[in-house]
Amino acid sequence: MAKESLKYRKKRLDRGIKARADTIFAVASYRDIFYLLMPRALPVVGLLILSFILEGYWGKVLVYACMYGLLALSWDFMASCGLFSLGQSLFFGIGAYLAGAMNHYLYLPPAITLPAATIAGGLICAALLSPVIRLKGVYFAMVTLMLPILLMKMIETTGVLGGTHGISSLSPFSNENLAAYLAVVGFLLCLFGFRRIINSDYGLVLVAIRDDDRAVMSGAINIYWRKTQALFVSGAVGAFAGALMTHHYQFLGMSVFALDYSILPVAAVALGGQGSFAGAALGSLILVPLSETLRALGGLRIAIYCGILIGSIIALPEGIFHYLARKYHQFERMVEGN
Amino acid sequence: MSLLVYGLINSVILALYTVGFSLTYGISGLANFAHGSLYILSGFAAWSFMNVVGLPFFLAAILSVFIIAGLGFLLYWSLLLRLRGVALAELIVTFAAGVTILELLTWRGFYGIRYSLPVFLRGGLEIFGVGVDYQRLFVLCTGVVLVVLLWLFVHHTKIGLAFRAMAQNERTALSVGIESDWIGSLSLAFGSALAALSAMVVLPLGMMESTIGYEVLIYALAVAIVGGLESTPGMIAGSFIIGFGQVAAAKYIGPKWMIIVPLAAIVLVLVIKPSGIFGKYKELEERV
Repeated sequence: MAKESLKYRKKRLDRGIKARADTIFAVASYRDIFYLLMPRALPVVGLLILSFILEGYWGKVLVYACMYGLLALSWDFMASCGLFSLGQSLFFGIGAYLAGAMNHYLYLPPAITLPAATIAGGLICAALLSPVIRLKGVYFAMVTLMLPILLMKMIETTGVLGGTHGISSLSPFSNENLAAYLAVVGFLLCLFGFRRIINSDYGLVLVAIRDDDRAVMSGAINIYWRKTQALFVSGAVGAFAGALMTHHYQFLGMSVFALDYSILPVAAVALGGQGSFAGAALGSLILVPLSETLRALGGLRIAIYCGILIGSIIALPEGIFHYLARKYHQFERMVEGN
Repeated sequence: MSLLVYGLINSVILALYTVGFSLTYGISGLANFAHGSLYILSGFAAWSFMNVVGLPFFLAAILSVFIIAGLGFLLYWSLLLRLRGVALAELIVTFAAGVTILELLTWRGFYGIRYSLPVFLRGGLEIFGVGVDYQRLFVLCTGVVLVVLLWLFVHHTKIGLAFRAMAQNERTALSVGIESDWIGSLSLAFGSALAALSAMVVLPLGMMESTIGYEVLIYALAVAIVGGLESTPGMIAGSFIIGFGQVAAAKYIGPKWMIIVPLAAIVLVLVIKPSGIFGKYKELEERV
């Protein structure tokens, strides 16, 4: 580099509120408390208020955003233990089909099908993917990409569970707004719950499996069992989103295995930033309303998601959330170069 | 007997689907998830050349193979160059690029009965009492010739040897003057060209639809996983297992169950030998 260009450089300083570590803060005033609480309270208060005031079309969009947010969170949770999935629609579809089938054939109300589909969906997803849990990276992604497409074809050709026509007139939620509340509360619980899990000892092991699985194995920890547990958790979250959606629309069809539900969560995480869960949430809260405004373009929407996905991976690999967090926590100023 | 003949043809079609994907992955470790899209895109390119520009099929086919190869080359230099080495980002970007192509094709309305390519040869003959049309035999011959040519190419030409050098050890290849980005982009171009070439041969058997892109990708992945991602014998063995399995399932259980075969084969192989039947390069890392 030429010498002239070193005259001035940008210097970054952490704000004084951080003491020694990322999790220990020196709070001196209400302003500091506000500064710390604001980013955490903003999504909670904002989403809860929105779920009260939004009705009709934009209420549906909110439910959508939270559903995709749940899928993105479950993607991020799997990714944090090294399982990269290209088939989040598997979880979504299994949850939707479980809830729909229980409601249609056994006449169970949503109050039972929703939790049952969540738990059973997690179990089924973990069982389905457990044979391939030894695979890493590209290989695992390939299998997850194939599974929902193959399941969709199976339903299409064998005609089970409604076949190509699907099952309609499922029982709705008793209250119009209940779906929105459930979606928002589930979304927030997952967001903050996952952030907490990943910082606990349990989450530390999961992250260690991603970083160096053999080191974890040599610590006498069964990584396959841990990965299966992670699959159960994210499978259950995805299945919850699917079950919620089936009852919300009162319809169940093969479209629950569609590519939208696989691509958009990945795009949301890529846009928002991986590893912090807040990035996944932020990404889906940006992408879903955006895609709703693009609805007039019809089939072109998926092409646009893909464009956003490629653009954000290449242009801002760290993601919006990490970028914003850095700006929020640090001062920047120009100083004389050395 | 029909099981044998059609199983063989089905296997060769699967091998044709896979050959480009396997080549690219074997050389540069790049999982090209846009493979299926490039396959079907070449079909539509050839169709457009014939029906919009008015070229004869032969010329249109050659032209579209070259265009798709160029597109693969461009894909590398425009997008993948910045992400080399991050396997997951490469995968997501190629997949997204592939989906973009397919969705754009669907959006432009490229589906329906009028979109089909002409066959090279009309008519058919009987082999051991089983009626087979010439086009299917042509597919069979092309598959065999392609595999043989590919083998000769990678063993006896300079670029082919450079490909193999890259596949075996990238750093050593670099130190003897083989530029990895150049070879990587060439491998993607070759893989895409192979996809286009097999599209020219296989597509006349039926209608063209953009969803075929997903199907080709799925089958290519299934074959590659069963056989081992980077080995040519593995690819052939994988396509024969799945190809014959499918035809047998269609004959004895019912055509509905054809789709189960690749899935079952994958699960079975992964449980027994996770790196595929012939995959051996990265066996150790994969298992963990």
